[in-house]
Amino acid sequence: MARWHLALADDGDLASFQDAARRLTAIDASPDDVTFGGPEEGVLFGQSPPPADAPLGVPRAFVSLASLVVAHADPLRFALLYRLLWRLLHGERHLLQVSADPLVHRLEMMARAVRRDMHKMTAFVRFRRVIVDGGPDDGRGDGPGGGHEHYVAWFEPEHLILRRMQDFFCDRFASMRWSILTPRGCMHWDKATIRFTPGVTRSEAPPADGLEAWWQAYYRAMFNPARINPEAMRAEMPRKYWHNLPEAALIPELLQQAPARTEAMLEAAPVTARKSIPAPRHTPAPEGDTLAALRHASTSCARCSLHAPATQTVFGEGPPDAPVIFIGEQPGDQEDLAGRPFVGPAGQLFDRALAEAGLDRRLIYVTNAVKHFKFVLRGKRRIHQKPDAGEIEACHWWLAEELRLIRPRLAVAMGATAARALTGRAVTIGRERGRITSMAHFHGLITVHPSFLLRLPDKAAQKAEYRRFVEDLAIVGNEVSDVRLVA
Amino acid sequence: MTDTLAKLEILADAAKYDASCASSGGARRNSRDGKGLGSTTGSGICHSYTPDGRCVSLLKILLTNFCLYDCAYCINRRSSDVRRARFTVDEIVELTLDFYKRNYIEGLFLSSGIIRNADYTMEQLVLVARKLRLEHQFRGYIHLKTIPEASRELLDEAGRHADRLSINIELPTEAGLKQLAPEKTQPSIRGAMASLKLKIDAVEGERRVSLRSDAARRARPRFAPAGQSTQMIVGADAADDAAILATSAGLYAGYGLRRVYYSAFSPIPAASSILPVKPPPLMREHRLYQADWLIRFYGFAHEEVTKAAPGGMLDLEIDPKLAWALAHREQFPVDINRAAKEMLLRVPGLGTRAVAAVLRSRRHRRLRLEDLARLTVSVKKLLPFVSLPDHRPLLLDRQDLRQHFVPPPRQLPLFG
Repeated sequence: MARWHLALADDGDLASFQDAARRLTAIDASPDDVTFGGPEEGVLFGQSPPPADAPLGVPRAFVSLASLVVAHADPLRFALLYRLLWRLLHGERHLLQVSADPLVHRLEMMARAVRRDMHKMTAFVRFRRVIVDGGPDDGRGDGPGGGHEHYVAWFEPEHLILRRMQDFFCDRFASMRWSILTPRGCMHWDKATIRFTPGVTRSEAPPADGLEAWWQAYYRAMFNPARINPEAMRAEMPRKYWHNLPEAALIPELLQQAPARTEAMLEAAPVTARKSIPAPRHTPAPEGDTLAALRHASTSCARCSLHAPATQTVFGEGPPDAPVIFIGEQPGDQEDLAGRPFVGPAGQLFDRALAEAGLDRRLIYVTNAVKHFKFVLRGKRRIHQKPDAGEIEACHWWLAEELRLIRPRLAVAMGATAARALTGRAVTIGRERGRITSMAHFHGLITVHPSFLLRLPDKAAQKAEYRRFVEDLAIVGNEVSDVRLVA
Repeated sequence: MTDTLAKLEILADAAKYDASCASSGGARRNSRDGKGLGSTTGSGICHSYTPDGRCVSLLKILLTNFCLYDCAYCINRRSSDVRRARFTVDEIVELTLDFYKRNYIEGLFLSSGIIRNADYTMEQLVLVARKLRLEHQFRGYIHLKTIPEASRELLDEAGRHADRLSINIELPTEAGLKQLAPEKTQPSIRGAMASLKLKIDAVEGERRVSLRSDAARRARPRFAPAGQSTQMIVGADAADDAAILATSAGLYAGYGLRRVYYSAFSPIPAASSILPVKPPPLMREHRLYQADWLIRFYGFAHEEVTKAAPGGMLDLEIDPKLAWALAHREQFPVDINRAAKEMLLRVPGLGTRAVAAVLRSRRHRRLRLEDLARLTVSVKKLLPFVSLPDHRPLLLDRQDLRQHFVPPPRQLPLFG
């Protein structure tokens, strides 16, 4: 016979085990000398250790594990927990991290089973509405006879979880009166307080209410007979729950009819279209030799392969008769998402530099040499890639059209890609920047791309290069005074 | 009443081809103030399962199955002769509340065919959400399908009421979209996803970063706190698995999607004649989900997963992780007691939870075969790929190792 015996409450609460654990650790009782039993068992099995209230001094992880395991229906739960506790206090302080240990593993599985039971209770409780103290149920709202709605469920949890479910149901259904009846205890909410009463039998549960037929109709309609997979269903909704689920009554019939229903669908296919609903009316596309028509046409551009992974064409933006057009390289991540040029980090820097150079962005036209974002995926990020000569070439058609329709007095190419697109040759920015040159129908100016400034690692260089960029932009204001900011 | 019941049958049937049913990731709410109804805990709850193995978490219905569009794979396309119906806003609101009070559902997933125009349709969906949230103080989960062409103002209001928004990418490639969903375009679908992402980042990102105190954070308006998701139809066009997964990887990276749902095109009553007569095996959909998981949680790049797939198609008989391992045997066996986390995650049969347990446990003791067996569902699958103090793999050099894993032939289930 064991030396020590503890009679513990089987309410699924941690308190009585905590008390027992304090008593046992105070006298350093070996787990081999201890037995545990239910509250009704007397001292026949051994002595109860004296009360103790020193703190347990165990890792927090033990408390959270124990608080779940005490709700497990297994009568061995207290003995297993005490054995773990004893080992934690006798040289195996890190034992809880060793999930591979047989005891830790077993207790973790028990905790998982309790958690699963709790989760399934949140899922499978089915309330039925009854009208208390009133006339007959009219199907909706409070009864006509002055009675009130009360929602009642019958549920059979596997473990001792009822009390710990109160928060979930009160959070969710605080404004309803409800009761959850189980064989081992009942829980009642009257919109203000929670009350627990002893368990009842299933016959106490109310009959189906009017909505169950609707729920069944919904369940039937949701089922796709061409995809039967009863194993997957049973893995998540084991049979033991079925007798309390109104929809589960339909399962045999649905499974039985599935093959014939699927066969019928396959044999009926294909049908020829029977037009009965008119096709949608599209807003007419802009027409004529205009920038608006060009922009619209560009939305479906597939002149190179960049369109496939990109979000959208990022076309130029600004007045259709702007005297100055700025050309960048290509849209970046933010531009691709927003569908507008120069809105990301480089765009913000560009805006700042424009303002410092005394230019008004609203008066200029801003576009890119390549109009789709080119990138590679690195995990969850899209990393910018330089467009190649073929992509610049394919996209040049759009730029040429923009230049033809806008007829600017000055075109500013920012960076090597834009310079190449504008001049048709490879350009060394450092050598050619900051000079007005004559081109076929307008003047040209070359400068750096603002993203070049963002990539400079050293702050001093960044500052110096930014100044040079602003100086280049100031040339624009001298050349075309119409685009200056009006103070 | 009975009229509404008939509508429920039609409009639930019409909605069931959308695979999404998640109710997770929403804002945490409850109705302890006694005014409203419902709560969200952050993790989803599946309230039931149908015999197709799919979860029933939300009341998933269409506002109407009338539709101006003619997407070939869709049962509700305008040229289909399916029975049509349309709910009123109040019918949906009442049905949601009635189901919710009985704990049948976590909330509502509302979608619709396109009637009149995008804005009109979106307005109706928003009206339902607004009524539930503002008039009835409904605190359960709301997922709204978003119509790409609808106005910004409507999308903004949708995001204020809904936990999740979704826009369906429909098909993996632009070519497929042109062929099967002629009224939809890739730039408008992706453009709408992009503007949702920008809005979610702006509202939710700022909220996370700038607000330290819980109270201040809670008071702040939310925008689709459960993010956005999408669905792709598999097997209706010619796109192979490599193309599908490349598209998915781009969607996750580009628009921060929480989920891409794959829906094996399913035979529907009154199918269009331009569709393949034979639907793809359901196993293909399953393998795509597994591959998707490898990309999101196991550190695989999408090209790695599909490079091992002959002809761009994932092996139907073995899972993609196992297929990758068989194609990269030089990287095995993996020493369970010493390998880095990244490599443990690549061992067939080791899930993220088991890897975490291995890493924790081995700090304190040298793991043996029986220890590993306790941490995994089935140790048999791992044996050829791992080494332990009491185990050396024997089979790794065998040419027929794949046969070792292929399930014995059995009568194939319908479309299996």
